[in-house]
Amino acid sequence: MAPEPPLLTMSGITKSFPGVRALDGVDLEVQAGEVHCLLGQNGAGKSTLIKVLAGAHQPDSGEIIWRGEPVSLRSPIAAMRLGIATIYQELDLVEGLSVAENVFLGHEPTSAGFVVRGFAARTATAELLQRLGHSEIDPSRLVGDLSAAHQQIVSMARALSHDVRLIVMDEPSAALDPDEVDNLFRIVGDLTADGVAVVHISHRLEEIRRIGDRVTVLKDGRAVAVGLPAESTPTRDVVALMTGRNVEYVFPERPDKPATAVKEPVLRVEGLTRRGEFAPVHLELRPGEIVGLAGLVGSGRSEILETIYGARRADGGRVLVDGAALPPGSVRAAVRAGIGLAPEERKTQGLLMLESVTRNVSLSTLSRFSRAGWLDHRAERAAAQQATRGLSLRPDNPDARIRTLSGGNQQKAVLARWLLRGCKVLLLDEPTRGVDVGARAELYAVIRRLADEGLAVLLVSSEVPEVLGLADRVLVLREGSVVHTADARELDEHRVLDLVMEGSPSA
Amino acid sequence: MTQPAPPAQQDAPMPAAKSTPDKGGSRRPLGLRMDVRNLSLLGVLAVLVAVGGFTKPDEFLATSNLQLVLTQASVIGVVTVGMTFVITSGGIDLSVGAIVALASVWATTVATQEFGFAGILFTAVVVGVGCGLVNGLLIAYGRMVPFIATLAMLASARGLALQITDGKTQIVTVDSVLDLGVRDAYILGIPPLVLVFAAVTVIGWLVLNRTTFGRRTVAVGGNAEAARLAGIDVRRQRLYLYLLSGLCCGIAAFMLIVLAGSGQNTNGNLYELDAIAAAIIGGTLLSGGRGTIVGSVLGVLVFTTITNIFALNNLESAVQQIAKGAIIVAAVLVQHRTLRGAGEA
Repeated sequence: MAPEPPLLTMSGITKSFPGVRALDGVDLEVQAGEVHCLLGQNGAGKSTLIKVLAGAHQPDSGEIIWRGEPVSLRSPIAAMRLGIATIYQELDLVEGLSVAENVFLGHEPTSAGFVVRGFAARTATAELLQRLGHSEIDPSRLVGDLSAAHQQIVSMARALSHDVRLIVMDEPSAALDPDEVDNLFRIVGDLTADGVAVVHISHRLEEIRRIGDRVTVLKDGRAVAVGLPAESTPTRDVVALMTGRNVEYVFPERPDKPATAVKEPVLRVEGLTRRGEFAPVHLELRPGEIVGLAGLVGSGRSEILETIYGARRADGGRVLVDGAALPPGSVRAAVRAGIGLAPEERKTQGLLMLESVTRNVSLSTLSRFSRAGWLDHRAERAAAQQATRGLSLRPDNPDARIRTLSGGNQQKAVLARWLLRGCKVLLLDEPTRGVDVGARAELYAVIRRLADEGLAVLLVSSEVPEVLGLADRVLVLREGSVVHTADARELDEHRVLDLVMEGSPSA
Repeated sequence: MTQPAPPAQQDAPMPAAKSTPDKGGSRRPLGLRMDVRNLSLLGVLAVLVAVGGFTKPDEFLATSNLQLVLTQASVIGVVTVGMTFVITSGGIDLSVGAIVALASVWATTVATQEFGFAGILFTAVVVGVGCGLVNGLLIAYGRMVPFIATLAMLASARGLALQITDGKTQIVTVDSVLDLGVRDAYILGIPPLVLVFAAVTVIGWLVLNRTTFGRRTVAVGGNAEAARLAGIDVRRQRLYLYLLSGLCCGIAAFMLIVLAGSGQNTNGNLYELDAIAAAIIGGTLLSGGRGTIVGSVLGVLVFTTITNIFALNNLESAVQQIAKGAIIVAAVLVQHRTLRGAGEA
């Protein structure tokens, strides 16, 4: 397809938010009539990229060329006028309006410029639904009464109600049953036959081969592979691109003495279960040990951590710290027993973004700096400074606003919170997400040092090399079950990727 | 243990950095940093005083008028201190006016008045705290939206107040209560009610800025999920906050009884709006996570002073309402600009 000029060329797109660079010079090229798959882990920058494409975010720099002309997508309306339609993961339909009203929301057929011609809208909607093979959906029904699959179809009809040349679909199959997915893919096939391009985002790797023409892989805000042929690129290579190293990380050395042999476990998880999320999990964690959980998105990694922490209530099983069982579903009990969590979404789950470093670090230890409820600010600040200095958090200013810090330093603030508290077990969920590559090695060294000092660390990461490089022992998860446990030194990346994907049709 | 420590750690200078130079040293150790917003509100107050002094020099600046303004500010001021805590935690309390009404009539029934000063004070406070308890339980443990729960309390507390009084004004006959309102009770020219307001303000400031309770309030409002995952009991904190708001309403109800010499079911009408407005123009974020007692008190003083100046100049209350509305809009616009300047979307 080289001779034809591409429909869309995005080059060198960058976009920063306070604390993180979401896109760092991304290129994307889409041909008319192709299904272009966009792959990447959570946080790789996919959502930001499609929001730039939809006109919802303005890029800091970079160029967008649409049908040979440089364009600027100043608003969602500007993008729609060009023929770019986006179907978001969380469907942006108005539940209290009818199907037809949703389809034509914002561009209702009108008489005299303002009288909505409801009949015309319903007829046109019926035609669109027919084209999508879903003539059974009544255009006058309320969208809130429809199933998730039908809502997806309505979203699609809305996209087609514009003169559309490019449809962006953000994980359209996530909420659908297999036969509904089949129908969706049939529609995608019809659209591309008409020359419409589709940018398809999905975590399901087998879908790429079914409908994809080419693949672009994002990682840490960069495109690590642009326009790979979907059919001939082995799935394992694609996964390796998503999860693999694009720089040589420097991992700290493991201590010589195997922690497993010496000590009693500080954390025991016995048959912990949550229905629909993960099967009974058993694991033991000893002081000084780093245990990694490897698995793809949706394998239950984060859910297991949050259930151990009590943030989700277990359906069965127990969590014991130093032999004492924790009451289920109580974060406070877990914290009191000495467990700390660095959550996956640092900004929404971990930090008070309006506050200073000190106030973020001391959040779990307030009572230590208070007498009868009165806070001793000096002691609090000094302790926070000491804790953050130990992790070489920069800037070395406990009064700095947390949102002005880089991702790596924000993560250090979260770690400092638990160090200050003096916890025994640290649960790390994607500790290097949104952390610049250069700062990662330092974070790895910090984590290893904490383990050497006697902390037990349970690490979740979607990056296989990170788990293998940092952990002593690795549990491999697939679809909510532990499928393999081994010493990290006995595993390699390919073996883990095989275990992680085993059973998926295209492996 | 060798740390690789690559030079790239000084990563990504953040765009918001330019807005932070004022936040370094002046913040600590006393935390008496005067917000720019407080300064501008102080400016507004100064302008108002100048306007009052210019238009009605003899009347506005008379001691008795200043005493009146401060006394009027006191009742709503105490309510606003409680409201500031609730809003800082990301909540809202629409029921404050109705709680003041209910507490003031319950505390002035014939039966209660038989117990004298202590009986009236005790009843007002207990009714206030009791209503706050119901609010808090519904919101914290019944998982009701604060807007709805306190709206329901607004309706039912007002209704109960009407039922108790049957629409009649309940005259207070306990002299020791009434004596607090007369000129003889002024201490160094300051009415006792103003002293109560001052005390509540100081205590409120200390609690918000100097205690774990205050810190947890800010944390819950700033990011409830992060607070929960940090091990804070978010629900219990929410319960306490509505109790606190109810307590402030109870105190305000007692002050109103002293001021009016009676209890009425129409007391505290629209206090919720005045208190919310004062807190917001003071600089407390309606979305939670940031609150300032000093700002709220300044907001109350600005509103009360406007009312006073308009009354002295015999202007209609309609004009007054318009001026209040304009001030709210202006203050919130300034707030948005400040936030955007600080790098928040």
